[in-house]
Amino acid sequence: MATPGDDLPPDATVGPGGEVLENPRRRDYLTIAAVSFAGVGAGVTVLPLINSMNPSADVLALSTTELDVSAIEPGQAIKASFRKQPLFVRNLTQKEQDEANAVPVSSLRDPQTLKDRTKEGHANWLITLGVCTHLGCVPLGAGEGENRGPFGGYFCPCHGSAYDTAGRIRQGPAPKNLEVPNYEFTSPTVVVVG
Amino acid sequence: MLPLFIRSIKFLVGGAFIFVLGLALFGTISGWVQDPPKETAEEAMHHHPKELRLPSDGPLGKFDNQQLQRGFLVFEKVCASCHSLSLVSFRDLQQIGYSEAEVKKIAKDWPIKQPVQDPKAGTWGERDNLASDRFPKVYYPGTGTPPDLSLITKARHGGPAYVYSLLTGYSEKPSAEALAHFPEFAKTPDGMHFNPYFANLNIAMPPPLTADDQVTFSDGTRATVDQMAQDVSAFLVWTAEPTMQRRHAAGVAVVLFLLIATGLAYGAYLTVWRGVKH
Amino acid sequence: MSFPWARHYEPKNPLTQWIDSRLPLPRFVYNAVGAGYPVPRNLNYFWNFGVLAGVALVVQIVTGIVLAMHFHSSAAGAFDSINGTIMRDVNAGWFLRFAHANGASMFLLVVYIHIFRGLYYGSYKAPREMVWLIGVVIFLLLMATAFMGYVLPWGQMSFWGAQVITGFFSAIPVVGEWIRIWLLGGYAPDDAALNRFFSLHYLLPFVIAGAVILHIWALHIPGSSNPTGVEVKGEQDTVPFHPYYTAKDGFGVGVFLILFSTLIFFFPDLLGHPDNYIPANPLSTPAHIVPEWYFWPFYAILRAFTANFILEAKLWGVVAMFGSIILLFFLPWLDKSPVRSANYRPMYRVAFWVLVLDVLVLGYCGGSAATPGIVVLSQICAAYYFAHFLIIVPIISRLERPKPLPNSITEAVLAGKSGSRMTETAVSA
Repeated sequence: MATPGDDLPPDATVGPGGEVLENPRRRDYLTIAAVSFAGVGAGVTVLPLINSMNPSADVLALSTTELDVSAIEPGQAIKASFRKQPLFVRNLTQKEQDEANAVPVSSLRDPQTLKDRTKEGHANWLITLGVCTHLGCVPLGAGEGENRGPFGGYFCPCHGSAYDTAGRIRQGPAPKNLEVPNYEFTSPTVVVVG
Repeated sequence: MLPLFIRSIKFLVGGAFIFVLGLALFGTISGWVQDPPKETAEEAMHHHPKELRLPSDGPLGKFDNQQLQRGFLVFEKVCASCHSLSLVSFRDLQQIGYSEAEVKKIAKDWPIKQPVQDPKAGTWGERDNLASDRFPKVYYPGTGTPPDLSLITKARHGGPAYVYSLLTGYSEKPSAEALAHFPEFAKTPDGMHFNPYFANLNIAMPPPLTADDQVTFSDGTRATVDQMAQDVSAFLVWTAEPTMQRRHAAGVAVVLFLLIATGLAYGAYLTVWRGVKH
Repeated sequence: MSFPWARHYEPKNPLTQWIDSRLPLPRFVYNAVGAGYPVPRNLNYFWNFGVLAGVALVVQIVTGIVLAMHFHSSAAGAFDSINGTIMRDVNAGWFLRFAHANGASMFLLVVYIHIFRGLYYGSYKAPREMVWLIGVVIFLLLMATAFMGYVLPWGQMSFWGAQVITGFFSAIPVVGEWIRIWLLGGYAPDDAALNRFFSLHYLLPFVIAGAVILHIWALHIPGSSNPTGVEVKGEQDTVPFHPYYTAKDGFGVGVFLILFSTLIFFFPDLLGHPDNYIPANPLSTPAHIVPEWYFWPFYAILRAFTANFILEAKLWGVVAMFGSIILLFFLPWLDKSPVRSANYRPMYRVAFWVLVLDVLVLGYCGGSAATPGIVVLSQICAAYYFAHFLIIVPIISRLERPKPLPNSITEAVLAGKSGSRMTETAVSA
């Protein structure tokens, strides 16, 4: 390919028809500005596309769940739904509370007392997400007659994580205690979760 | 012989289409002449919507929350007993200036409840509405099917002006001249009501706004029939597209940005082509 | 392919050299839409519309993929998922929906201008017949995709559009009714039809993208045509696509986006129909069924056939409507004139502008209620449409005495007669 313009000054260039063009520096500023605007525009356009994949307003509106716990007898538990995830609400017996309090906290993988995991004045109500902290299966133990595992709390059948009566991890691969969501007792028998 | 046929096939095909269209044209014109279309009752008596000016009009329109709240009150007290608003949620009312607590109360006190099925017995009961619920569907036992109003200002030609005209158009009667042509309109069928803004002229909905002060606005605005009709039309513009005001604001920013970017692109185009004749 | 003076891709750093020796994709792009593609220097703004159509396709695919994440493809849920969830609750959902709905209109608008550009400048003629044929295929795919997309909101126009379009097939003798039921997966449009339309609506854009690649490939064999219709004779006739036409297309895309954004943000329902904001009701037909504006000319042709002659009127209408597009496949062989650009064809130029007017009037008729006056007008215009392609153009291409052509593109450019302004020549015609 011929390269016309070999003998031209270095700041000039040659058009495709062989015409000598003037100093091209001016074109650079405008082109750079135009390309920058295009880049910013494209970047800003991507934001709504990504944002549209965040939870929508109707999903966020369901982020609190109101529960009536008056029908749960001591020693029983129920499974409810909170943000489309299982929620365990357990009415602990005095014996279960004593068992949980007897464990030395320093020996735990994720050290927490039962008091840390319940609300003051409602120490018998253990409210946790029913999501194993290992890989997200639903542990057994909330339903009637389900295997509560070696520590009397919950037992995850997927990979054998066992939780105690305070929902704390005691054995198996899970790294954390069952998560306690934000909740509040609005009356002695009504809990608002979330 | 065959090559000639192949060469003229385009004329044969084209001629066939044109011939059939010619036949059709002849048929249409002779039908038109022999049996000219008569003016229908709709053509004679239907009115285009009256003019209605709202703050949400035009490409830069905004909502007036005071007016929307008045309109919601009219909807709640007058329309809601027959018409659904099933695409709108109670929580959406926060966008027109109600507080979270007010919305919860509106939802809880709403006369139509949410149906719930008892998972054990299989029977249907009901519960109070929550802020996160959509407005419950209304099941209407009478004549006609009241349309859902969520999108009504988008679903009718004329939009809010149509709603406003329909609500205030019951008093207009067919002209004597029109009645001479269409004597059957002298008496409106039982259960129907004449309204020149309605496509079929006779509408099953009885006049919903009948007297001034049918509702009481808390902001002191006098609730004349005309005012109520305007406000509920404005409210239904909002229900049809609650994001409209955001759309307008975003549009101004986007178009301004694009104008600058396109101006720069034009400059870049000119400089790239400088000196190149084309 | 391409011209001997085309610039060659020369990767400078070791990484691009490494890639080039293993998968020469950057080289491919360089030769397709980069500095390696020499393009006639005299292209006017009508040559922007191919790139704009590509931009519109990308916009539709990107917004469509995100919208599909929120769409419920069921007769019970589709209307609500669009007009309830997407328009109200999904973050920026209203923007995506309006962009996608109006994007279809922008796409068709751009494609129509692109097609008429080709008709005016004879871009369908040898050696570019294959470009034209693939283009007609793309147009057909585009219309199918647009139609199926319009069904998805499951409003009144969606439903009755699906009913009417599938009804075309029942015009076919003997097997027609069976085909209609097979297409719908039922006796009327319902879940089965909606789901298959959604599936195909998601698939076809990618088929279109593939066809677009073939379209560009076929274009690169002879290279782009130009307003004079005179072939490129040498290096002085061309400029490299990049930066010359990338800069020009960048400006064109800006203008396109301004118009597009004005529609999205300020007049999003302008091109839609109010009835599609009413949920589908299989028991009640809207008073006045019309398709989207881009189908109006074809809809007018369909409705123009009201007389039985050997075949039923309904079948004539369907055959003519599809025929009006199918005949475009034969255009390269119907127009025998060796001169491409209408700038040098005085008779063809008149016929072209009459055709433009004819199609606009057909569009007006297709969008109006079928009163006798409108039907008469569409019958006359439909007849002219077929006459133009099947009779007038073949005859003109024999009788016409073209004006003298410039010896080369550069000669035309330097004489200031690049023929680059189609509208001015139209006025002088």
